[in-house]
Formats: sequence, structure tokens, C-alpha cells
Amino acid sequence: MTIFIDRSTRVIVHGITGRIAQFHTREMLDYGTQVVGGVVPGRGGETVHGVPVYNSVKDAVAATGANASIVFVPPPFAADSIMEAADGGIRYCVCITDGIPAQDMIRVKRYMMRYPRERRMVLTGPNCAGTISPGKALLGIMPGHIYLPGSVGIVGRSGTLGYEAAQQLKDLGIGVSTSVGIGGDPINGSSFRDILEALEADPDTELVCMIGEIGGPQEAEAAAYIQNHMRKPVVAYIAGLTAPKGRTMGHAGAIISAFGESASEKVEILSDAGVTVAENPSVIGDTVARVLRRMAAA
Amino acid sequence: MDIHEYQAKEILKSFGVGVPEGALAYSPEQAAYRARELGGDRWVVKAQVHAGGRGKAGGVRLCASDHEIQEASSDMFGMKLVTHQTGPEGKGVYRVYVEAATPFTREIYLGLVLDRTSQRVMIVASGEGGMEIEEISAQKPGSIVRSTVEPAVGLRDFQAREIAFALGIPATLIPQMVRTLQGCYRAFTELDATMVEINPLVITADNRLLALDAKMTFDGNALFRHPHIAELRDKSQEDPRESRAADRGLSYIGLTGNIGCIVNGAGLAMATMDTIKLAGGEPANFLDIGGGATPERVAKAFRLVTSDRNVQAVLVNIFAGINRCDWVAEGVVQALRAEPVDVPVVVRLAGTNVQEGLKILARSGLPIIRATTLMEAAERAVMAWKNDRAQIARTGAAQ
Repeated sequence: MTIFIDRSTRVIVHGITGRIAQFHTREMLDYGTQVVGGVVPGRGGETVHGVPVYNSVKDAVAATGANASIVFVPPPFAADSIMEAADGGIRYCVCITDGIPAQDMIRVKRYMMRYPRERRMVLTGPNCAGTISPGKALLGIMPGHIYLPGSVGIVGRSGTLGYEAAQQLKDLGIGVSTSVGIGGDPINGSSFRDILEALEADPDTELVCMIGEIGGPQEAEAAAYIQNHMRKPVVAYIAGLTAPKGRTMGHAGAIISAFGESASEKVEILSDAGVTVAENPSVIGDTVARVLRRMAAA
Repeated sequence: MDIHEYQAKEILKSFGVGVPEGALAYSPEQAAYRARELGGDRWVVKAQVHAGGRGKAGGVRLCASDHEIQEASSDMFGMKLVTHQTGPEGKGVYRVYVEAATPFTREIYLGLVLDRTSQRVMIVASGEGGMEIEEISAQKPGSIVRSTVEPAVGLRDFQAREIAFALGIPATLIPQMVRTLQGCYRAFTELDATMVEINPLVITADNRLLALDAKMTFDGNALFRHPHIAELRDKSQEDPRESRAADRGLSYIGLTGNIGCIVNGAGLAMATMDTIKLAGGEPANFLDIGGGATPERVAKAFRLVTSDRNVQAVLVNIFAGINRCDWVAEGVVQALRAEPVDVPVVVRLAGTNVQEGLKILARSGLPIIRATTLMEAAERAVMAWKNDRAQIARTGAAQ
């Protein structure tokens, strides 16, 4: 059992007829993910890579029993797609789209709250690389082959920096239980804390690797959660030590605008919470290996 | 995206916020003429730049005559205003705003921001206006009133009243304060702002609420639905390298170091800059070339990075996920052949098809320094920057 997705997860792809969505649908199918449908209004009845397309999420869910979805819809329409997924009975949704207006995401988050907890959708992203449970399912755009199955949970904002970590782990023979991208936007579906909570409860995960960056309060919130509620060890890396204050570093959310949002402050807050912080991105894998050895010895 | 004070005031005025009478000028003569049009005997001339802290930097002057207005504005036009928010290079002044001076009895701070903790819009206010919010929170933290807005129903009047009473606004001005708060909130949400700041909001000697200064920042991701806001972009206030990059769809931020960076992914780009610093160098820029590193994109990135004269070495760090390293390597080789650069280039490739990629770099015969890990790449870039090629050869990098 892994968090959010496994072999039995049935996936629909929002915007499946788009060029990028088609490419990643192929990748997800090749990885063994059960992609059972696509949703594109007005294109119902077509197929993409043999996957049937429906006009609405409700139609797709009724026909396929889908319980997860992935959004590739362009920014102006992405918020609507996420809300449609939440309303249509999807339980886990990944939004890849980069560039969704923050106000739209505020509305999305408020909208999801209208459903009772037991049927409320979990959203990760937007502006993320998605989620992978190696050897089981891929709901995202990451290259599947850099992840070995194993017991390290990864949660991070950045796509390529997450790949960097996964590749280092693979080179050391260390595998991953689930890797979740929470994305680089200021208003996101799930926070570090939300995913840490899921990984702490996941029997397949024994250590968590958290990859943060400058901007926002979520790393500090995570530190408080780790200190007070987590028994599993956490290794972290925070990018942006050299980032100037008040400038947006690529990700809409990567901007230092308040105390505690710089990389050095986050490193300090996490270290104080008992997190082992990798001092540079080249030693994320080594740091995880060291903590795993210490766990094995204990 | 930032806009000028006078533009923010025009917008807020259209949402019912009180602002002083004012007029824009592009020359000292025009400034004096505009002042006469406005009437009165005291005016404030304000340099229009995208930065706060203008007062201390000489960008705001109180004037009592035509002559003083002309003098103040000639000092401002063409100057590079350096404030604590502009960086040492400052921001050019090409417009001034002339306003009738307003006698006031109290200054209030009012800000609306996207609060990332509650993931909602938050109103931040203080009865200690006139200072920067950072100073207020350091010196008078108890004076700050905060209120988050439930997005489904928007700002309620009772919330606005609570804020007004907490600030000690006199009873006669409560309805106007509610109108001001509601106007700011509507402007914020309807126009997709990420920040609205009125500092100070004053109670005038004749008992009105007026926004003496105003700042608005807009969500770049939402400009597609606000063409009239997008039109307010003022390139004279941007770093020219960053404007050029933005126009080419690249995410670039100029810094002051001398090792240029070309990276895919924002997180990895920041990590690359950090590693350069750890290796003893200083990054010259942040640059995310995004997904799909085609030869054209890589070439554009090279041109952009090396157009910075401080750049003495270039570090290319690509983690090919969905991309393939062999394609990226082709891109680097094509870019360097089309436009040779005269500084050392270090390339680190990782991910899909890395071996094929390295072969392409080796076969090209170009003097590309290769590296396996990010740390190694940064160390080699720093070494190359220090012109210590002999040392690189000893460690076996220049193959």
C-alpha cells in the first residue's frame, strides 16, 4: 500500500487531446498506470492511445470507475477542471498546469471544502511534476526510470530538483515508496505538512526526504509538524541560499517576502526541529544513505 | 507585475477609494503647468518609480511655487532613484506626479496581501502609518490588525467595521473606512492583484480619508484576463536583461556574480546557484530554460547569459527527465558552433540518455568542460573562472 496511488488506481486525464497530455498519457500507460479515460468537453467518443475520451468528469467516472485524475488543461481553464474533478467524485487529483492565477486557486481550495471529509478530493500541485509510486503507478510527468521501488518517501516543490534527488538515490541503490510534487505556486492543493502526514502514516515509508525552497511558510509549518508528530526521520534540502530578497525565482511561490522565508532561515528552523539538512544538492542521496545506515545500526 | 503610484491611485479611485487631486507630467514645465491646473498653494512632486522608500531617496518633494516645482522635477527627471527596494543601480525617473498637498491629522497603514498560511486574502492594517510595514512590525507589533477574507462571501461589512474600530477611526469616518476597505478588496480580487498597499491612508484636516500613497502588484498569471492592466507594464522600470528574457519566454534574474547559469527547472536553477556559492564562486544570474531544451532555446539562453559582461564562465546544468540528454547536448553544441563564446563552458548532464549526450559533447571537439555531479560542475566552473585550467587537467576533467 502506498499513498495516493497504486496499481489499482484508475486515472482520467483532463485535456487528454493536447500534445503534452498525449505524450504523458503514453508515458503513464507504458509505466503500467491504469489510464482509463480522458476528459475534453465536446470531444467525447474519440480515443487517445486507445483511451476513451468523455465530455465530462461525471461521464468518465460513471463509465470507467475512475478515482484519480491528472490535469493538463491550460491555465485559464485549469481551476474549472480541478473543481469538476472534485465534484465528479475523483478522490485524488494532480494538477500539472503552470500559471494558474492565484485567485483561481483560492476559489478551488474553498470549493473543495464544500464536500465532507470522507469524500473530499485531495489535490497536489498545481505547477508540479506529479506523483509516482515506483513499480506501481505514475500520475505525473517525471521520468519513471530514475526511481527505484523502495522505502524513502519524497516530497518537494521543484520537479527537476526532485529528479536530481531520485537519481542520486538510485545511484546509491536506494528506492522510493512514493514521490509527491506539491508544486511551486503560492496557493497549492496540499502543503508539505499534508504530505508528511500521509507519509508518516504510510507503512511502506521509513524515511522522508523533503525538498523545499525559499518563499512561503510551508517549510516552517512542516518543521513544527515533524518535531511534534513525526517518528520517521526526515532529511531535507532547501534551495535558494543565494536568491535575492523580494525577487520571484521562476516559481510563482519562490519569493522571500517575510521573516523565516529565506533558505538559511528555513534550514535553521528545520535543523532545530531535528531534521537532517543536506548542505548542498549533490549530497541529498548521501545524506539519506547516512541516516538510513544510522537507522539500521540502531 | 508592478505599476506606478498614479496608476494604482486611478484604479483605486474607480473602486471608491479617496485619493488627492493629482496630475502626471513628463517634463518640469509640464509639472508646473499641471500644478497651476490643480490649484492651491502647496504641491507634492513625486517621482514615479516601481519602488517604495522614495521619500528618503529624494523622490518626493513638497513645493510652494512654480519655480520650486520646476526645480524639484528637473532634479528628478533622468535620475536613477536609489531606495532600499531598488538595489544599488536604482530606477530611472521618467514621469513625475504632481498632487495638491494634503494637511492631515493621522496616518494609517493599510495593506492587502495573499496570505500563504491561510491561503486567502488578508487585510493588514495599523494605526501607525507612514512607516514601512517591516518597521511597524518591528517597533509597534501590537498596533497591527489582521483579518482574513472568506473567499466564498468576500469581505463582509462587519469585518471592515471591526478593522476600522480596532484602528481607532472616529465614528463619523467609519462608513468611509468601510467603503475604502471594500474598494481595496474588490480591486484586489476583480483585477487579480497580489498586493494592494496604501501607506499612508490619512485622516485629513477636514476629516476625510485619503490615500496619499498607493501601490498595487498584479498576478502575472492572470494578466491574460486583464488586458488593460497588462498595458500598464513599464519596461523602463525593469532590468533590461530581464525584460528581454521575459519577452523570449525565459525566466531570468540578473545577479552580480560572474558565473552564468543555464538550468532547466526553477528549483534546480536555485540549487545550481547555491552550489556555485558553496564552491567559492558567485552566480551571475538565475535562469530557468523550462522544459524541452531545444537547440534554439539553449542558444537563446547562451546569448542572454553571455550578454552580461560580468560573466566569465558559464555553467550549464540540465537534468533531462522527459528531455533527452543527447538532444540537449546537440543543443549546446549547435549553440556554441553558431555563436562561439569566449568564456569557459562547463556542462553537466544527468538523466535520460546521459552517455549519448556526453559522447556528443566529446565528439564536437569544442572546449567544453564536463562534470558528473552538480558539485563537481560548480567546482569546475569556479576553477575555470579562476583561469586555472592546469588544475582542471590534473583532476582529469578536460578530456
